Amino acid sequence: MHVGLEHFLTVSFLLFALGLLGVIIRRNLIVMYMSLELMLNAANLALVSFSRFNDKLDGQVLVFFIITVAAAEVAVGLALIVALYRKRQTAHVEDLNSMKL
Amino acid sequence: MASSAVTDVLFYAFAALTLLCAVLVVANPFNRNPVTSAMFLVLTIISMSGLFLLLHAFFLAAVQILVYAGAVIVLFLFVIMLLDLKEEQRRRIKFFGAVAGLLSVGLITAIFFKILHHTNLNEHPLPTVEGDTASLGKLLFTQYILPFEVVSILLLVAMIGVIMLSKKDLK
Repeated sequence: MHVGLEHFLTVSFLLFALGLLGVIIRRNLIVMYMSLELMLNAANLALVSFSRFNDKLDGQVLVFFIITVAAAEVAVGLALIVALYRKRQTAHVEDLNSMKL
Repeated sequence: MASSAVTDVLFYAFAALTLLCAVLVVANPFNRNPVTSAMFLVLTIISMSGLFLLLHAFFLAAVQILVYAGAVIVLFLFVIMLLDLKEEQRRRIKFFGAVAGLLSVGLITAIFFKILHHTNLNEHPLPTVEGDTASLGKLLFTQYILPFEVVSILLLVAMIGVIMLSKKDLK
């Protein structure tokens, strides 16, 4: 069977599902963050395959912007995790059970 | 026809590698160290850029490796080393959490396959679009010039925010 749009969409969705699973079952902030990256990448893959199979380049420009925003998001998020670790000495969501620093 | 068969085989190889490495990022049965997760995230990213190459998105494949495998993973590893997460290996995945996660993800996957089965994807019969640097750059500097500039401001804001956050006495 020839590889088409539905094959790429299936891979993209399975990748998204794995990222979601990671966010739900893992309790370490950094591993949860990596799972978020997996989900972002799954969206990128879906956009690139739509762009290819609809014969338009706009989807790839959108992916370029998503990669940029994701890089900024990772920098800010990891800085937040480091600031939190300085205050609380932990990176586990189960130890972070109060809103007050 | 022969090249099409090669592309199909390459697609299945890259897809299997991507999903396998993604499973090992999320739930590695042998090693629960975050450093191992980060390493498998690199492998996921690299095999995904292989998928991008198969979709003729050459520029994005290069950017994917440069930005993710280069910058993002280095940042992750740097923070992991800084935080000293030894105790992570002692903690178990909670049974109830795993069941809830698998159940919800299984249901959402079922919904997806149902939708995919019922949609008419309306593919272009012979896609000719090429995501090389020249055509993408032309689009980026004509039609998408405003978002491009806004994104550069966003990067500046993120940089200032990170510097503020990592100051010694966070006010």
